[in-house]
Amino acid sequence: MAPLLDVRDLSIGFGSAPPVVAGVNFSVSAGETLAIVGESGSGKTLSCRSILRILPRTAQLRRGAIEFGIGSARTDLLKLPSCDIRDIRGDRISMIFQEPMHSLSPLHRIGNQVAEVLTLHRDMTTAEAKKDVLATFDRVGFADPERAFRAYPFEMSGGMRQRAMIAMAMVAKPDLLIADEPTTALDVTTQAQVLGLMKDLQRDTGMAMILVTHDLGVVANMADSVVVMSKGHVMESGPAPAVLGNPGHGYTRKLFAAAPMIPKDAIPVPPVEKDDLILELQNVSKTYTVRAGGWRAKKQVFACRDVSLKLQRGKTLAVVGESGSGKTTCARIALGAEIPDDGSRVLFRAKANDEPVCINDLSRSEKIAFQRQAQMVFQDPYSSLSPRMRVQEALTEPMEIHRIGDKIARRDKAAEMLRWVGLNPDMLKRYPHAFSGGQRQRLSIARALTLDPVLLVCDEPTSALDVSVQEQILSLLERIRDGMGLSYLFISHDLAVVARIADEVAVMRQGVVVEQAPPSTLFYNPRHPYTKALIAAQPEPDVSRPIDLAQVAHGAGSSASWPDQFRFEGRDAPDLIQVEPGHKVRCHA
Amino acid sequence: MMFIRYAVWRFLTMLLTLAVVSVLVFIIINLPPGDYLSNQIAELRATGQAEGVAKAEFLRKEYALDRPLWQQYLIWVGMIPGPQGFSGLIQGDFGWSFEFDAPVADIVGDALWLTVLVNLAAVLFVYLVALPLGVLAAWKSATWVDYTTAFVGYLGLATPNFLLALILFYYGHKYLGLPIGGLMSPEFEGEPMSLAKVQSILIHLIVPTFVIGTSGAAGMMQRLRANMLDELSKPYVETGKAKGLSSTRLLTKYPLRMAFNPFVADIGNLLPAMVSGSVLVSVVLGLQTIGPALLTALKSQDQFLAAFVLMFVALLTLIGTMISDLLLVLLDPRIRYGAREG
Repeated sequence: MAPLLDVRDLSIGFGSAPPVVAGVNFSVSAGETLAIVGESGSGKTLSCRSILRILPRTAQLRRGAIEFGIGSARTDLLKLPSCDIRDIRGDRISMIFQEPMHSLSPLHRIGNQVAEVLTLHRDMTTAEAKKDVLATFDRVGFADPERAFRAYPFEMSGGMRQRAMIAMAMVAKPDLLIADEPTTALDVTTQAQVLGLMKDLQRDTGMAMILVTHDLGVVANMADSVVVMSKGHVMESGPAPAVLGNPGHGYTRKLFAAAPMIPKDAIPVPPVEKDDLILELQNVSKTYTVRAGGWRAKKQVFACRDVSLKLQRGKTLAVVGESGSGKTTCARIALGAEIPDDGSRVLFRAKANDEPVCINDLSRSEKIAFQRQAQMVFQDPYSSLSPRMRVQEALTEPMEIHRIGDKIARRDKAAEMLRWVGLNPDMLKRYPHAFSGGQRQRLSIARALTLDPVLLVCDEPTSALDVSVQEQILSLLERIRDGMGLSYLFISHDLAVVARIADEVAVMRQGVVVEQAPPSTLFYNPRHPYTKALIAAQPEPDVSRPIDLAQVAHGAGSSASWPDQFRFEGRDAPDLIQVEPGHKVRCHA
Repeated sequence: MMFIRYAVWRFLTMLLTLAVVSVLVFIIINLPPGDYLSNQIAELRATGQAEGVAKAEFLRKEYALDRPLWQQYLIWVGMIPGPQGFSGLIQGDFGWSFEFDAPVADIVGDALWLTVLVNLAAVLFVYLVALPLGVLAAWKSATWVDYTTAFVGYLGLATPNFLLALILFYYGHKYLGLPIGGLMSPEFEGEPMSLAKVQSILIHLIVPTFVIGTSGAAGMMQRLRANMLDELSKPYVETGKAKGLSSTRLLTKYPLRMAFNPFVADIGNLLPAMVSGSVLVSVVLGLQTIGPALLTALKSQDQFLAAFVLMFVALLTLIGTMISDLLLVLLDPRIRYGAREG
């Protein structure tokens, strides 16, 4: 039997440049899931968007055919007139996008946007459409479909919005669903649940699915067959177990090698000595008072509560948690960028055996001195470098602000830092747009290093990068730490990244630290249900080890649903108890 | 209901702002040394006309100009009794114009409504022209449609209003027989409203509306185009496309709705800009709006007249911003429900 969708010899290009997608072939049958894997710029997104002909205005479809349908109704989508392709969009082929935060119109109710698919393609009245939409909402896991129908997107979390997007894509019962990085912007526990949901829906309806992703773990959990793409060409394709189990192409093997994984074998490590602390957070809490308008009541939000962390000189302390867990607030407080509530203390020792300085009550000149010692590397290398400043200006600016050296000394320092991060000093005259994401992140690390800091706060430094680049940046960070004797406070949502770089890990949830231990202890002897859920939700690039959804749901729910030993409601969290040397868990004794 | 609560709250803050504005207006007007009457007295003394001095002295007492400034202010507003008891803005007495030797209310009376009329017409013109052109320019960006509208728009921005007025009058009269100057034919002035009078006013409105509205429309169009372009590249537009919406329906339901917010928020800025911008145009075109009266009053320190006109403009501004704030709340659920429990 012919496959439902057959893409043959597809080529797409821009202007007169060589094609960015060249001679791509793939096909997918009903009930089957095809994963298209590749790094950014591999052409995977363009290829799958060309199926619905949703391409940038300047893109040209140069060659190829996309046949879709069964039997006599089979047509070449690329040759359809635009009014006919509109009838297929949303009805027979639907699509889910990467950014649940921006893929829904903020001004229209969720119900309205989802029901629109039905009123558009099924000639339904609004009332009939609503009935179907409510049923679909129920299916995708909204506890109160009526309420979700009335809600606006900004009232929902990212995971809920992505569920709404899935409902929108599923409500017309399409033959083919194209999901473009559907879970990349989500927390790992939410990702696990959304993937589980998509799989269930596929089983119910028998639709075909094309999943575009860069994450081999997601592929292993979802796909029947895999297409690996790089630079516009298909590198390797075949059934998922074969490709993942025994990758034939060098590029696929490279992707595997780069994918961070929680290592399989435990090597017990003694807990970190705590005799020379560079940074110490003592009972740090932060409460925001939100007042959205003059006529509304004030509301208190607890960003973090009673967080105590100790960072040993020369080591890496990782803070892990989902969005909204308070990890970034902690980092900002540690840098003095945010003032914590009364009773919180942040102590910093620039050199071993120095008298500690308390960061929250520094004088102006002390604060400037402290800022030289502690620097930050930001998450998004695309927006953390000014596009209007040359690399040299960006790298010398910190020294100008702190009045260090003269012009020549500053330039020499900038060149030296470029060498440290593996870039060429000739690049000083260039603008950031000339660099790739990984190179930009190197630049922003170089910028943080120009002041010779002793402490670096890294806020998700690799989460905007491709896996292979992520791997390089992590090695770079390790090399610099050991070469320059730096200490890192490392913020991340990715346990696999943390497993590699951290000496100690603190897991945060809803503003409190729930478990704290060295990575080897934490990963092989997790005690807290939330830590267990985080570990279980991490997709492994191994088809024989699927995500244990029950475990995820068990720990990722609200704190009131945890087992007796860990359960708490509201603000009455139990204490952090030391269960073995260097391993603390928040539980009732 | 939330909206009504907000509207009431917004109205109260508007009144408060108006009170603050009145203080500022009064202080600014009294900043130059002396007042209309003391200037006149000095002039009369110099020319030796003693009987005139007596009248002016009487008026000074009558309008409490001999009292300290803060008392003058309170009397003007009507919060403490003046020589004629409580008689100020609150009571509906706008004071006396020394320059025209008549109550302020009589002088500005008709002009007030004509000002509102001219400016409302201009605002309407701005919106009717800018909305379709701005959307069209964004949708067809980087095509001849875009370039043409941009060219015409910049031309509108760059041409001085009074020059445009003169040109339009000349050609409008020559080819279309449009009347020159004024807001109605002279025979209707002071007459009660009639169909013929309304017709005359409407014909006279054409050129002023165009002149006052052009630069506003050009600016608004460019802003709307820029907003639309931003919105058109947002992922939710792609979602709409993937749903199978036709271009027109997609455009009007989603990005236009988003681009509308700044458009609405501009109402508040548009009104005062037009009233003050139209002063010069009114002088050139000979419109009986309050513009020319304001100019005369400021030049001769005719303080009650000037203060009243400034207060009126401030009131228009405040009403404009209030309308745009209320509309925004109605249009944008993020403002309305931002604090609703998620």
